[in-house]
Amino acid sequence: MRKRFEISVEDIEPQMDEVLKTQGIPSDKSPPEKVKSLFQESKDIFLKYSEPVGIISDISVFEFETVYRGEGLNEKETPLDEILNKADNLVLFALTIGERVSEKIRELFKTNDFALGCMLDSVASAGTDKGGDVLEENFFNLLSKKGKVNLQKCILRFSPGYCGWHMSGQKKLFEFLNPEDIGINLTDGFLMIPLKSISGVIVFGDKEIFNFDDNYPFCSECTTHECKDRIRKLFRDLRPEKEKGGR
Amino acid sequence: MDILKEISENLELGDFEKVSLLTKKAIEEKIPVEKILKFGLIGGMDIVGEKYKTHQIFLPDVLMSARAMHAGMDVLKPFFIREGMPNSGKVILGTIQGDLHDIGKNLVGIMLKGAGFEVIDLGTDVSPEKFIETAKKEAAYIIGMSALLTTTMPMMRKVVELLKKEGLEDKVKTIIGGAPVSKDFAQSIGADAYGYDSTDAVESVRKLFNQA
Repeated sequence: MRKRFEISVEDIEPQMDEVLKTQGIPSDKSPPEKVKSLFQESKDIFLKYSEPVGIISDISVFEFETVYRGEGLNEKETPLDEILNKADNLVLFALTIGERVSEKIRELFKTNDFALGCMLDSVASAGTDKGGDVLEENFFNLLSKKGKVNLQKCILRFSPGYCGWHMSGQKKLFEFLNPEDIGINLTDGFLMIPLKSISGVIVFGDKEIFNFDDNYPFCSECTTHECKDRIRKLFRDLRPEKEKGGR
Repeated sequence: MDILKEISENLELGDFEKVSLLTKKAIEEKIPVEKILKFGLIGGMDIVGEKYKTHQIFLPDVLMSARAMHAGMDVLKPFFIREGMPNSGKVILGTIQGDLHDIGKNLVGIMLKGAGFEVIDLGTDVSPEKFIETAKKEAAYIIGMSALLTTTMPMMRKVVELLKKEGLEDKVKTIIGGAPVSKDFAQSIGADAYGYDSTDAVESVRKLFNQA
């Protein structure tokens, strides 16, 4: 199965707190009014110029091993090495919000509107990431329709350049997925154009297979440790409050 | 109120239109342009930088001030045509070969200009040879390199090695930065300095010039 998704830009609209965090504004501080209006202006531009589109494509564990090995530059041990063979389903994915937002960012910097340009860049990055969430949801829904989903199952995505998967892995991923269809191209340095694009693999399986610690040697160089938040979300109790019991 | 102080205060507020108007007014009042630049604009940005460092203000505030600084500089520029804008030193800046991300590099450039440095921005995907060729041509003391991708970081090492090969390591200093770049990495490749963020990069560049 290979499926293309035209995504509504409203579905990937980022929240103010997640964007301001990337601008160095802590969530416990109330941002000044001028920063709030800067965010609003950036969001309006983002909504006007983004053209989010994504694809997912089934891949077997056997096939994915070739993609994952890539150019042979991955870290020795990675979370995906452990997870792969325990996964139920895998899809490769790619998503872009297009080039127009990046053009707008460049234009703003050229006209010295640095604050708006920088805020728009953060909004666009957060929006692109949200697009990845939308693809995850779509994949989850497809599996749900096939009756594969139950409370013990969940999904998590991984991308080249993170969690020990070397950036050069993009090469094999692109050969298999061909995201050129949706306007994403790869440079010789494994960089995706448009810049506001993401790609990788979405893994579906039992929750427990995703419960890894961020203590791989390469984790010390990671500045975000986002995996912890993502894993924590998987283990959230999604039942309504009244059904949870306890206090 | 002293007009230079007024320029500085409005620069802090990020009011670029007012800074532009006040700079014009200061010129009409026959205040030497060097003085307007040093005490009105650069002075204002110094305060902004300090407030940012101590978390009193945030990145968007700094960038709004930087816009105001540029608005004031645009007014002053014609007065410096003959001998060029006075500056604290020349810095060649660029994103390393293979990488097209430029936001971080742009922020460093904005802050360096705000601190009175002359910045020659080579853009993105800059080859090691281009960095060195430009540094030689422009007689720049510093090469600043940025990378967002781990795959392109080795190119920074190549710049440092090429400088050594050409015997330029005492004449041209290097500073590196970018999300995956660390102080340890900078030391391991023999770079002269590391900038954690844009204000830290300005501090490091200042230090390099002071050591010259």
